[in-house]
Amino acid sequence: MSENLKEAVQETCQSCGNDRGRLMDIVRAVQERFGCVSSKALDIIAAEVGVHRVEVEGVVSFYGFLSTRPKGKVVIRVSNCVPAVMNGAERVAQAFADELGIEIGQTTPDGLITLEYTACIGMCDQSPAALINDEVFTYLSTDRARRIVHELQGQDEPDPAKLVHKLGDGNNASDLVHSMVHNNIRQEGPVVFGPDTSDEALKKALSMTPQEVIREVKTARLRGRGGAGFPTGMKWDFTRAAEAEPKYVVCNADEGEPGTFKDRVILTERTDLLFEGMTIAGYAIGAAEAVLYLRAEYAYLRRYLEDVLRRRREAGLLGKGICGKEGFDFDLRIQMGAGAYVCGEETALISSCEGRRGDPKNRPPFPAQKGYLGQPTTVNNVETFCCVSRIIEMGSGWFAQMGSKGSPGTKLLSISGDCSRPGVYALPFGVTLDEVLQRVGAEGPIAVQVGGPSGQMVGPEDFGRTVCYDDLATGGSVIVLGAQRDLLEIASQFMEFFIEESCGYCTPCRVGNVLLKQRLDRIRAGKGEPGDLDYLEQLGQTVRTASRCGLGQTSPNPILTTLKNFRSLYEQKVAESPDGLQPSFDIRSALADAEAITGRKSVHA
Amino acid sequence: MSDTITFRIDGVAVTGRPGQTIMQAADEAGIYIPRLCARDGLSAYGACRVCTVMVNGRPQAACTQPIAEGMVVENDTEKLLEIRRGIVEMLFVEGNHFCMFCEKSGNCELQALAYRLGITAPRYPYAFPERDVDASHPGIFIDRNRCVLCGRCMRASAELDGKHVFDFVGRGRDRRIAVDAEARLADTDMDAADQAAEACPVGAILKKRVGYAVPIGQRLYDHQPIGSDIEARRGDADASKSE
Repeated sequence: MSENLKEAVQETCQSCGNDRGRLMDIVRAVQERFGCVSSKALDIIAAEVGVHRVEVEGVVSFYGFLSTRPKGKVVIRVSNCVPAVMNGAERVAQAFADELGIEIGQTTPDGLITLEYTACIGMCDQSPAALINDEVFTYLSTDRARRIVHELQGQDEPDPAKLVHKLGDGNNASDLVHSMVHNNIRQEGPVVFGPDTSDEALKKALSMTPQEVIREVKTARLRGRGGAGFPTGMKWDFTRAAEAEPKYVVCNADEGEPGTFKDRVILTERTDLLFEGMTIAGYAIGAAEAVLYLRAEYAYLRRYLEDVLRRRREAGLLGKGICGKEGFDFDLRIQMGAGAYVCGEETALISSCEGRRGDPKNRPPFPAQKGYLGQPTTVNNVETFCCVSRIIEMGSGWFAQMGSKGSPGTKLLSISGDCSRPGVYALPFGVTLDEVLQRVGAEGPIAVQVGGPSGQMVGPEDFGRTVCYDDLATGGSVIVLGAQRDLLEIASQFMEFFIEESCGYCTPCRVGNVLLKQRLDRIRAGKGEPGDLDYLEQLGQTVRTASRCGLGQTSPNPILTTLKNFRSLYEQKVAESPDGLQPSFDIRSALADAEAITGRKSVHA
Repeated sequence: MSDTITFRIDGVAVTGRPGQTIMQAADEAGIYIPRLCARDGLSAYGACRVCTVMVNGRPQAACTQPIAEGMVVENDTEKLLEIRRGIVEMLFVEGNHFCMFCEKSGNCELQALAYRLGITAPRYPYAFPERDVDASHPGIFIDRNRCVLCGRCMRASAELDGKHVFDFVGRGRDRRIAVDAEARLADTDMDAADQAAEACPVGAILKKRVGYAVPIGQRLYDHQPIGSDIEARRGDADASKSE
């Protein structure tokens, strides 16, 4: 067996050229084959690739989908993202657990099935949902969960793919995707889901100079669709102007912000438009290579994406002399992630592409100067690349006349939560939240979470505000919260998400978020004091100000924005103690250890 | 490019060289910016965030941020002091720090920072984590109860010793410093004479058998607060100017 492990792991390393930069691929493959990257495997990989064992251990222990301890042949990961929990994900997880006879987080004694929670898997519009190995299971019920367990246990060789009976719409039903995922495109709009025009934009771009392409993107005033809204043309200019060669294009397909799933639909239905945009970016900045960083949760799309790449290579749209353009060579590879929200941060994403822990890097230098492999790199969002294709095809004027002044164009919104028509909506920037809510069939919502947990929770008095970079900014996530929801509970769940997903590199994010959630939960339990509100505010500001990357800087937002917009919910929960004792002090539990040691009860409590 | 850069820290004009960080230029000018993960001779890491300053109104880590002409830096302000206190208090409650029992007391940068920043007791509740001690190595022990995850041992090992004895594993609150072996420091190529053994700001990596060689009362920070050596340079600079 151990000989088998050694040979197999060495073979895996060799198939990746013993390349340190492909460590992610190596450890993912070992995990898939052996159910873990064991201590022995760490040693074998380190020796084979020529790195230190602790570096390999550092990578494996960073990502949620990798582990040094054995997991079952089948891993069921139930998403406990807030919209999923609102739709009953916890009941579904419990049904799985009961049927398997284990607790959540455990593996069945026969080593067959592991059950665990995972963060948002990009299926909030069809939740509760779970990943079973790489397969996606949507619209789960407790009954369905029990049936899945029966079917898995009845198989000779467990194969979750055989449990996928009804297929979704569009390309989800194709042989290469073969998934039950639904697109739920509710409003197509003219940009990303506009008519398919088969690479007209690429041909047009190649008839222009790279500078003209960048100028067109700048004139369209396109801003990054991932959420931060940095002007795309400017980013490309910086990357093009950086002196070092080679340069790289990286596509951030790691959409992990809870409540976001629009990139999933683009990857499924507008794959060519995306690759076209990436190719145009390569031409514009002078890059010959690109990486698409695909989150592990979307592994079910990989075969299909690879096939589109193959087709584009055959059609001369990738490879050497693209579209007959002498000297323009461009190709791209897919890098799989392994379960880490922080990798959506562009420098963390680059670290991960390099086969490292997904710790963000210090900035400066910015990726435009020193990015992937230390070379000038532009990192753009999936939707941004698609917008580029349309801008080149239709012209910057066409694009810029849509949307609002500071935020031209349309935005894909991923809408989930308490509404009758969850899904993807292409809406012009500047649309009011009220209009959005009407469109999605939200009845009497008490709050909306705009921009996911890192965004803000707003109440009805803010529903007249507009979705755009200068008002309610969002990378796409809009979660509708109905009257039955406990907003502080939701804030607490969001804080738990950040605690789980913090890389832990810097102090404020690693420690501060734990402290924030602890105090919030104390208030929720009715043990809060009036001073706790200032405590939360001050601690939240410290985390926001002093954290190292965008994750940490936005991580206290669930608390800071509810403190601002729903202060009365907090105030109702805190009170001066009538007896002057701290409400959070429980003398019984404080004495418990001493009582256990002495073997007698305290006379004072 | 000009060979000097002039900028301001709390209104004081500071001259530095291109490529310097705010902290490096401030150190030369005799202005102390509190820090924990930064150490002379090691690459900047930016993890502890104690050196957070405001640069043209935006927060930045002084240890990683390069200087630029005309930059306006705020360092010694009540707001930043409050943030720094908060961060240092977080480090105290995150681990298990018992100064009165720790042989590093008096030489400990975390303790000295707390004194300098005026911390008497942390406002946050203690986490009391369970962490392990590795005493396997004949010359060194690791007590992770006191580790502040600054990465100084890791950088010293890689950058000064040419080894890779330490690195981080885990994520978030489970992040911890690990050794390049299955579990024990003794199974790595760590030598007691390595720079990595000297780099720890707290009592997480200590040499054996020298714990009380320097008695309490004669230790580094027993008489002068941390940063005094840097501030003394400012006195020298002022004195030389007035001559």
